[in-house]
Amino acid sequence: MHFTSYLQDGQLTVALTGEIDHHRARDYMTRIGEKIDGYVPGVCILDFQEVSFMDSSGIAIVINALRRMEQLGGRLRLQGLKEQPRKVLRAAGIEKIVEIREVIR
Amino acid sequence: MTPENYMNLEFPSKSCNEAFARAAVSCFAAQLDPTLDELGDIKTAVSEAVTNAIVHAYPDTIGTITLRCRILPENVLDIVVRDKGIGIADIQQARKPMFTTGGIDRSGMGFTIMESFMTSLTITSKPGKGTTVHMRRRIQLRGAR
Repeated sequence: MHFTSYLQDGQLTVALTGEIDHHRARDYMTRIGEKIDGYVPGVCILDFQEVSFMDSSGIAIVINALRRMEQLGGRLRLQGLKEQPRKVLRAAGIEKIVEIREVIR
Repeated sequence: MTPENYMNLEFPSKSCNEAFARAAVSCFAAQLDPTLDELGDIKTAVSEAVTNAIVHAYPDTIGTITLRCRILPENVLDIVVRDKGIGIADIQQARKPMFTTGGIDRSGMGFTIMESFMTSLTITSKPGKGTTVHMRRRIQLRGAR
């Protein structure tokens, strides 16, 4: 799985790619969890710029990352969402509990 | 109702087939000339239905999932996802947002998404016999957009 992440000024950015579904979700969840536990960042950013499709498995990934960050007293932010993944998150009310930012290019 | 076109697929309940199923439906639906937004909704709903069958219908075995797509008059895409798995004991409960019997990688939002992204959703299930998810989505005619 193609997966990039970097730490800068206490902010961990994880870039997700391709199609996110149940087949790939657990792997993503484990690896994001490992990064958060390893770096203990103040802010974790999940970058969806390269995500072309996402079903409700993506909701579970976001909620899992949110819980982990809250346990650390940190924050979670999502960015770069295309319309399809955004619509899925909206259906679950995620926009009300997680900060979502547009990407400034 | 005579369908204008149809296709039937059968595949084992392996998670790698989630992507295959939604891609196949997406290709079939293309003849209705949907927008990217409509296609996104259909792919999401199919992904949810097929994932449910893989995760819940056949929790400990690999079973068969059948997928039937039909094009009905007035630009309606009709999709049926059927399994012969363990069935759903309480459909009302299963449809509730955030309800899941799955693990931490499930959000319990599958039926809610199918319901809100499709024009209609009907679930029939018999414990021990299997579950049928029947969804329809009307595609807007280009001229009407």
